[in-house]
Amino acid sequence: VRLDWEIAKRGWRRYASYPWATAAGIFTNTVFGFIQAYILLAVFHHRSHVGSYDAADAVTYVWLAQALIMTVYAFGWTELALRIRDGSIATDLARPLDPQRYWLAFDLGRAPYHFVFRGILPFVVGAVVFRLHYPTPLHLAAFFVSVALGVVVSFGFRFLYNSAAFWLTDIRGVVTVALSVSLFFSGMILPLTFFPGWLHAIALALPFAAIVQAPIDVWLGKHDGLALAGILALQLAWALALLGLGRLTLRLGSRKLVVQGG
Amino acid sequence: VVESVVLWRRLVGAQIRSQLQYRTSFMLDAGGAFLISFIDFLAVLVIFHNTTRLGAWSVQEVALLYALSSISFALADLTVGHFDQFPQKIRDGNFDILLVRPRSTLFQVIGSDFQLRRLGKALQGALVLVYALSALSIPWNAGRVVMFALTVPAAVVIFASVWTVGSCLAFWTTDGGEFTNAFTYGGNFLAQYPIDIFSTWMRRFLAYIVPLAFVCYFPALYILDKPDPLGLPRWLEFSSPVVALLGVGVAGLAWRFAVRHYRSAGG
Repeated sequence: VRLDWEIAKRGWRRYASYPWATAAGIFTNTVFGFIQAYILLAVFHHRSHVGSYDAADAVTYVWLAQALIMTVYAFGWTELALRIRDGSIATDLARPLDPQRYWLAFDLGRAPYHFVFRGILPFVVGAVVFRLHYPTPLHLAAFFVSVALGVVVSFGFRFLYNSAAFWLTDIRGVVTVALSVSLFFSGMILPLTFFPGWLHAIALALPFAAIVQAPIDVWLGKHDGLALAGILALQLAWALALLGLGRLTLRLGSRKLVVQGG
Repeated sequence: VVESVVLWRRLVGAQIRSQLQYRTSFMLDAGGAFLISFIDFLAVLVIFHNTTRLGAWSVQEVALLYALSSISFALADLTVGHFDQFPQKIRDGNFDILLVRPRSTLFQVIGSDFQLRRLGKALQGALVLVYALSALSIPWNAGRVVMFALTVPAAVVIFASVWTVGSCLAFWTTDGGEFTNAFTYGGNFLAQYPIDIFSTWMRRFLAYIVPLAFVCYFPALYILDKPDPLGLPRWLEFSSPVVALLGVGVAGLAWRFAVRHYRSAGG
């Protein structure tokens, strides 16, 4: 655990070394937040509710989603794939710490950095300009747990599509498909509540809803009591399932691994 | 200028030939670009599942805006999209090489990377355009045809100018590239929707100062023969080509100013 902690600190530090990139990212997230907020508000011009969401819920959703974009690393991560492709993975596999645990620890150090420095400021801007929905202390506490679980689910998925590099030399196609599907079905593009019934059902059956939609619904207080525990348990289940699958893929992949060069 | 265009065509031609050598890779990339941009249109359809109008616009009308903006943005991306990687050139000092060659630096940067796969995005926009045009009954006449023909070229130039101005930032901060994204990718996102749903201050800044309203909102009003929900003067509907020319001027000046202040990162 001490080692995990050290790795996590590296994860935090790597991203903390580019303050300008962070500032630029905050600005961009904020601009996108405004555009999206006004698009959704235009829908509420004609009706008071979409599903269980009122206008304040929807706008809160937009700003929380912008806050989570970097935290859950929605735009893709290919570091593992690159290490597989250039053969560095062989060294990683020879280490006493397995790559999955290493990258998970690293990601759990990165995520809090992005949550604090990329997430909070755009949300504050949103809160100043729009009327938002704020959680009760209980829901806020549950939100933090839910975001952490969402990061692990997202990591589990990212680890999986990176593992495709064991079998394919060029995984850009796989990454694009993985990104498109996960962005859309996680609720990053639009709240899943806006989806037509059949599409909503598909989205809820997939693991991606556990990355964005679940934490935000927890913040909005859409789940209480047992249902709240249930949604966290579902996230945990997805996290474990994806990590398990990742472990299996890693084992199959390293058996197949042929490193070029002498 | 003519000589530059000829040279640009040769540079781009060589890059296209090399990219087509790896057919499968190319098809996968182009398909990927198609798919990921398709999600944006899916979002439009999902929004209209919940409402019949967005501002004063129907789904077919928004589809027209979406298509015009996406096609133009994809074509701008094709020619100057690699400006996103431009900060790297500054950081590793490779920009210095361009300074000693006998062509303008802007020209060299534009010609340095042409990714044909980005056409996948334009194809997606073109399909939406076919849908929009067949679903709308546009009262075509000579004026509308001319306007329609001018809209995409003008919009491409506007997007490309915004991209160029944004990229000048790299001369001062090399890891602030994402600032530009707010106006390029963010600009495309904004232009895909009717401007009248946004608040006044946003319209002023993002639609008129960064001239995104001229990308397709004003031309579309004319093509659709639609009264402006904002009640702005009608001559604005004809001004996109002028705005595009102004954009080129501003971009050229900004680039020249930035290059003059360039200090190499190398030792």
